[in-house]
Amino acid sequence: MAVIDAPSITTPPQAGWLKRNKLSIAPWIFLAPALAFFTLYVVMPIFESLYLSLFEWNGLYDADGNSTAVYIGLENYAKLWDDPNFRTSLVNNLLWLFLFFLAVPLGLLIALFLNQEMPGMRIYKSLFFFPFVISQVVVGLIFGWFYNPDFGVVGTIWKALFCEETVNFVGNVTFKCSSPPPDILSSPEFATYGIIAAGLWPQIAYCMILYLTGLNNVAADQIEAARLDGAKGWKMLWYVVLPQLRPATFIAVVVTVIGALRSFDMIAIMTQGGPFGSTNVLAYYMYEVAISEYGERYGYGSAVAVVLFAIMLVFISYFLWRMYQDEKGTR
Amino acid sequence: MRSILTSVVALAVAAPAFASDLVINFDDLNPAPKAAFEAAVEAFKAENPDINVTVNINDREAHKTAIRNFLTADAPDVTSWYPGNRMAPFTDTGLFQGVDDVWDENGLRETFASIEATMTRDGVTYGVPYSYYQWGIYYRKDIFDKLGLEEFETWDDMLAGCAQMKEVGVTPFTIGTKFLWTAAGVFDYINLRTNGYDVHNGLTGGEIAYTDPRIVATFDNWEQLINECGFVDNHASMSWQDALTPFVNGDAGMYVMGNFAVSAMKDAGLSNDQIDYMPFPSINPDVARAEEAPADAFFIPTNATNVENAKKFLAFVARADVQSAWNDTIGQLPPNSEATVSDDKFIQEGFATVSSAAGLAQFYDRDAPAAMASEGMKGFQEFMLDTSKKMEVLERLDGVQAEVY
Repeated sequence: MAVIDAPSITTPPQAGWLKRNKLSIAPWIFLAPALAFFTLYVVMPIFESLYLSLFEWNGLYDADGNSTAVYIGLENYAKLWDDPNFRTSLVNNLLWLFLFFLAVPLGLLIALFLNQEMPGMRIYKSLFFFPFVISQVVVGLIFGWFYNPDFGVVGTIWKALFCEETVNFVGNVTFKCSSPPPDILSSPEFATYGIIAAGLWPQIAYCMILYLTGLNNVAADQIEAARLDGAKGWKMLWYVVLPQLRPATFIAVVVTVIGALRSFDMIAIMTQGGPFGSTNVLAYYMYEVAISEYGERYGYGSAVAVVLFAIMLVFISYFLWRMYQDEKGTR
Repeated sequence: MRSILTSVVALAVAAPAFASDLVINFDDLNPAPKAAFEAAVEAFKAENPDINVTVNINDREAHKTAIRNFLTADAPDVTSWYPGNRMAPFTDTGLFQGVDDVWDENGLRETFASIEATMTRDGVTYGVPYSYYQWGIYYRKDIFDKLGLEEFETWDDMLAGCAQMKEVGVTPFTIGTKFLWTAAGVFDYINLRTNGYDVHNGLTGGEIAYTDPRIVATFDNWEQLINECGFVDNHASMSWQDALTPFVNGDAGMYVMGNFAVSAMKDAGLSNDQIDYMPFPSINPDVARAEEAPADAFFIPTNATNVENAKKFLAFVARADVQSAWNDTIGQLPPNSEATVSDDKFIQEGFATVSSAAGLAQFYDRDAPAAMASEGMKGFQEFMLDTSKKMEVLERLDGVQAEVY
C-alpha cells in the first residue's frame, strides 16, 4: 500500500517547485534571449579584444585554419604610448567630450523656448527634433557639402564676398579670388571643430527632446508658489525648474558623453580621419588600423579598443553607480 | 543493337557527371571588366568542355574583405588579387600556392618578363596577371596648343611650361588627395625619375630610409614642383573625381593619373582632341625610365581542390590572344608582350611607354606594406599642404618604417 501511496506524497512538492519559484524564474526566462545575445555580441567580444590585444596578428589564418597570431605581451600598449596618431586621437576624443557638453545647455535653451502654448507648436518641435531622426551618415554628408569650398554654402558665400567671375584661358567661366575660400575639412587646425559642429546638431536635438519631456513633468503648483514668492528669470530657472529637471539632465549628460566617445560615423563620412590623421578619434583609429584597407593589424587595433573601453568604463561605472544609488533612494 | 545504342547515349549523357570542376572568384562588377571576364570564361569552356566552370563575381571592396576568409574557409580554385606587396600577406602565410610550373611550361618568363619581378616573392612566382594600365601625365591638348607647348621631355621643360600656364591663369596640376593615394602617384613618379626603380623598391621594401639623401632629393624636387608648377587649392578635400572639375573646366592643365581617368574625362565632356597623354618627364637623365603599371592577376589558393584545372585556366589567361581580346574590352594593357592592343591613342601610347620601361612599379600602396603605405601617404598629403614640414614628415616616416619591417 505504501508503495502506491508514495507518488501521491512526493508529486505535489515536485510540481510545486516550479510553481513556488515561478516569480523568481519568470524574469530569467524573459531575460534569457537578451542575455544570450548580450553575452555573444558584447561580453565575449570585450574579452576577445582584451586577449587579442596581446598578440600581433594580421587577421589571417594559414591554409590549415590555424591562426597566424604571435604572442607579444604588452608590446602593443607600449607602441600606443609612442604613437603620435594615438595621441592625436586621444586629444580629439577629449575635444569631442568637452565640446559635446554644449549640447546639454543648448538643448535646454531650445526646450525652454519651445515649451509654450501656441498654435502649430508641434510642427516647430518636430522641426527642431528633425536632425536627430536622420542618420548620422546623412548629417555628415550634408555638412561635408556645406563646408565644401567649391560648391558648398561656405564656398558660395565666400565667392560672393571675395571673388569675381572671369573667363579662363579656354573661355569657360571661372572665379578669381583675392584669397582662397576656407577649406575647413582639410585644414588640420579646424577640421575637428567642423566635424564636432556637425555632430552637435543632432545631439542638441536629442537633449532638447529629453528636456521637453522633463518640462512636461515640472510641477505647476511649485512654479505658481515660486512666482507668488517673487521668483522670476534666472532665479526661477536655477532654483525651481532645474532641480526638477535633474533626471532629464542626468540622461542628457549620459547620452552626450557616450555619443562623444563613440563618434565614428561623421569622421568616416567627412574626413576619414584626414587630413593626415588630424581628425582621428579612438573609435575611428581602431577601425583604421584593424579593419580598413591599410589596416590588418588586429592586435594593435584591439589595444586601441581596450583603451577606449577603459575610458568608457570610467563613465559607465559612475553612471551605473549613480542610477543604483537613486534606485536605492526611491525604495 | 538498340540496347547498345541506348547505352552509348547513356554514356554520352552521363559523361559530364565525370567532368571535373573549376571555381573562380572574380572581383569586378563594373560592366566592361565583368563582360571581358565572362567572355574569357566562355572561351575557356568552349576549349575545355569537360570542365564544369563556376564563377562568383563580387564587388571589388567586398572581395578585399571576403578573400581573407574564403582562402581558409572555402577556397575557390582561382581568385583574382593584386601582385606586389598586396599578395605578401597571403603568400607568406602559405594561402597562395606558387605556379612556377605554369610559368616555365608556357614560356611566360619571356612573354611576361617586365612584370615577373612583381609576381615573384622569395624566389617563388605566384599567379598570372591578366591586365594592367599605365600612369603618366594626362594634359589638356587644347591648352598646350594654344600656348605653343610641346610634350615635356625634361624636368626643366616642364617647369618652363608651368610658368607659361601660370601666366595665363591656368593652374598646372590638378589633384584630389582626400583619399591619399593620388599623392602617392606623384611621389612615385618623382622618385622613379630622380632615383630609379631600385630605389623605389628599396624604399618600399624597407631597405632605404626616408631621410636617406636620395629620398630627400625626391622631396626637394617635389617641393620645386609645388612651388614652381603648383597644384589646385583645396586638393585635400577632393576625391580624384572631384579634381576632374578644374581640369575639365580648363582651370588646370595637367593631371598625374592612371589611364582609367580617360573615360571619366570623356564622360565629363572632353573630346579625344582635347586630352592627350605623355610619360612623366625625366629628371635625372642617367636614371633608366621605369613606370607605374599596377596589374590585376589570378592566383591559385593553397586550399584549391582542382589545382590541375586552375593551372589550365592560368595558362589560358596568359595566352596572347586571350589577353588581347580581354584588354580590348576593358580598355587596358595586356601584360603579355606578344599580345596586340587596340588602336585607341591612349592605349597605343601607354603600351609603347610601358613595354619599353626598364621596370614596372606597382604603386606605392601596393609595393609597401599596408601599415607603412597608410602612414606614408598621410605624410605625402601633409607635405603637400605644408612643404616646410618636409624633414619632420620624413623623420616620422623613418620611425614608422623601423617599426613596420
